[in-house]
Amino acid sequence: MFRIVAIVAGLGLALAATAEAQTQRKGGTIRMTAPYGSSFTSLDIHTTQRAQDEIYAKALHRSLYIWNSAEGKPVLELAKEDVVSGGGLVHTFKLRDDAYFHNGRKMTADDVIWSYNRIMDGTKAFPGARFVRVIEGAAAVEKGQAKEISGLKKIDDFTLEMKLTEKVDPGFYFFTALTSIYPADEAAKESFIQNPIGLGPFKFVEHVPGSRIVLERWDRFYKPGKPYADKVIVSIMAEAAARDVAFRNKEIDTSVLGPAQYVAYQADSGLKGTIVEVAEVFTRYMGMNPSFKPFADKRVRQAINYAIDTDLIINKLVKGKAYRATSWLPLTSPAYDKAMKPYAFDPAKAKQLLTEAGYPSGFEFEWTTSQNESWGLPIVSAVIPMLDKVGIKAKVKQVETAVLAEVIRSGDYQAFIYSQATGPDPQAALKCFHSSTPQPACNYMNFKNADFDKMMDEAGQTDDAAKRTQLLQKANALLYDEAPVWFFNYNKAVMAVQPWLKGIQLNATELTHQNVEDLWVDETSPAK
Amino acid sequence: MLPFLIRRVLQTIPTVLAVVLLVFVLFSVVPGSIVSSMSDDSDPQVELRMKKQLGLDDPVYLRFGSYIAKLATGDFGTSFRTREPVTTMIAKRMGPTLQLIFAAMTFAIVVGVPLGFIAALRPGSIVDTASMVVAVSGLSMAKFWLGLLLMYLFALKLGWLPSFGYGEGGGKYLILPAVTLGVSPMALLARTTRAAVLEIMTADFVRTARSKGMSEARVVKWHVMRNALVIILTTVGLQFGALMGQAVVVEKLFSWPGIGSLLVDSVLQRDIPAVQGSILVVVLFFFAINLLIDVLYGVIDPRIRYA
Repeated sequence: MFRIVAIVAGLGLALAATAEAQTQRKGGTIRMTAPYGSSFTSLDIHTTQRAQDEIYAKALHRSLYIWNSAEGKPVLELAKEDVVSGGGLVHTFKLRDDAYFHNGRKMTADDVIWSYNRIMDGTKAFPGARFVRVIEGAAAVEKGQAKEISGLKKIDDFTLEMKLTEKVDPGFYFFTALTSIYPADEAAKESFIQNPIGLGPFKFVEHVPGSRIVLERWDRFYKPGKPYADKVIVSIMAEAAARDVAFRNKEIDTSVLGPAQYVAYQADSGLKGTIVEVAEVFTRYMGMNPSFKPFADKRVRQAINYAIDTDLIINKLVKGKAYRATSWLPLTSPAYDKAMKPYAFDPAKAKQLLTEAGYPSGFEFEWTTSQNESWGLPIVSAVIPMLDKVGIKAKVKQVETAVLAEVIRSGDYQAFIYSQATGPDPQAALKCFHSSTPQPACNYMNFKNADFDKMMDEAGQTDDAAKRTQLLQKANALLYDEAPVWFFNYNKAVMAVQPWLKGIQLNATELTHQNVEDLWVDETSPAK
Repeated sequence: MLPFLIRRVLQTIPTVLAVVLLVFVLFSVVPGSIVSSMSDDSDPQVELRMKKQLGLDDPVYLRFGSYIAKLATGDFGTSFRTREPVTTMIAKRMGPTLQLIFAAMTFAIVVGVPLGFIAALRPGSIVDTASMVVAVSGLSMAKFWLGLLLMYLFALKLGWLPSFGYGEGGGKYLILPAVTLGVSPMALLARTTRAAVLEIMTADFVRTARSKGMSEARVVKWHVMRNALVIILTTVGLQFGALMGQAVVVEKLFSWPGIGSLLVDSVLQRDIPAVQGSILVVVLFFFAINLLIDVLYGVIDPRIRYA
């Protein structure tokens, strides 16, 4: 498997190197697609956390940090420098003095403070509040006890002091579009939602609801020579088959591929070269409720991991569009331990563990699932006969994806199958299993383990990055042994990219989220 | 005529109220909410605030009462998802949907009615058989599949038309979605026209006209066509309303920015005000078209009275 990852990474690097080797061409139109629904939720990106909306937001807006796919971590974007003091809790940002909003006004510290105060408006329930809450005093604003976040202090127009409540890397909290910086004067107006203004490399031109968003180059963007393209069109295309026709017809430059198309494109010599893939920071798993008696026993949970031929399901059903999960943290996580091996397919061992746990004849449980083709009903249907062979009977309870999320958070299940974000911050991903994390927050299996808590607490306290990684790897290994879930796979995001579109980044947080200023089209593009 | 129109408009009020109530009750009963559909890993604190902000923690009867009170003033509420007024959202989507429906219906009438006439005038001929094969195929084929076939043929293979999108609302973007949507009513119109014409051709007044020495062309034009129109018009009216619902699939497939795709996303994300508003508009449209058809009956056939 690692060989595959290495090949993919190599291909990615080769692609990047080839792109670099050519001269970036100015002009042309980039034609991206938004595949996750029939519309964009809103032009006010503070209000929506759907992956669909961040596709256009990456062109229109900017946050304090940005995700750097090559380095696999967030890096400063709207600030040039971050000086850490106060025992790791105080960050003093030297903001860019060359960042202009699309109305021509220069960004200052006031805009950052205004934007974060807006996000913490408790009456509006902005989803980015979960990130901004890490700033001291932000929670008080959310509760209506204060008007401004006390932990944010303007030193001068381009210097901002931020005091955090925890010793964390703020990059992981302030890199998504949910915390985009808005122009304080314009964003307060009613008209802003129809004509959004941002700091991104492209400015807003038009939104045809249910069809597309069009953006054009912002000439005063702060990165010299960028963006390259004149225009970006993000077309909404929820139907995979329609995207396939449009891609083959050269009407679009990017198309997200599902398992069936992945196989078809690999088999087509003309399309094989267009495939770009990356291990995204999502882990697919079957969660087991410890309050359901059989699942309270670690041996039963381990038995389930041994009883399922996971590789077979990944190869045959998911069509190879996934990486086998070895534990919770995904392949592209900075704390991923390459030495870890997945549970072997060993039904005899599973039977033995079940017998030791007092279930020699197995038991029956209810398995809640959505219809998702990669981590839903088709997978459950394939697993059921495998579990049956070791005596475990599963009854399917099918629900909609939105309902599944509600079921999981309420704890009203015996088992469920799901896909959960497990990055990019490994500490945050593992913290979900800390006993202090409430079940509805993300500790869906209500996991409680004193050794695990201790490791996580130590990882949170240490200033030594290597030691932190080591502790996180240990915690991840403990999860593997405790098996609160059936470790199924890590998503392999696959996108087809036309040969004339250069500069695609292998973004492990979400492949469709591209830093558009780095993309360019060569003269062979039909929209050159 | 006026009392008839007033009576018909008044009759819609209970229908509209019943639809609103039904949708409201349905979405109150089915599991899932806008809050849980927003993201896979949202924050419980934000979710609680969102529920409060949207009034989702109020009892159903209070929410329904408040909605009806607003509706009476023409306020469809505010979308949970976009935080925009629902009327604004629908206004933006209504134009493209109407454009699509009218284009589809035009295609259906222009192709389906002559096809049915020709088939009926030569019953049992090759033309008749071929027309009915086309009609049955059109009725049987799923819109999603037909749309993909058309895309494949006219966009990918022939390169004549774009496979998706709205462009600037121009004709070349409209053709494939309109034909996809229009094939089914075209087929129905062809069959209905054929059956109506065949029946009228054997009627006493047609035999009388022929026996008076009227030419066949005049018989068809003045007696057959005019009488068949009432039946055809009824079918057209019913199909117009039905197309509004069927457009959902076509709009999604072709990325057409209409009310159908708005409805799909709103249902999936439990955006109740947007669902209510969209369904209400569909119902009102259905009603308006049928009212128009009723009026047209009188124009075509003065014997029909509006007592």
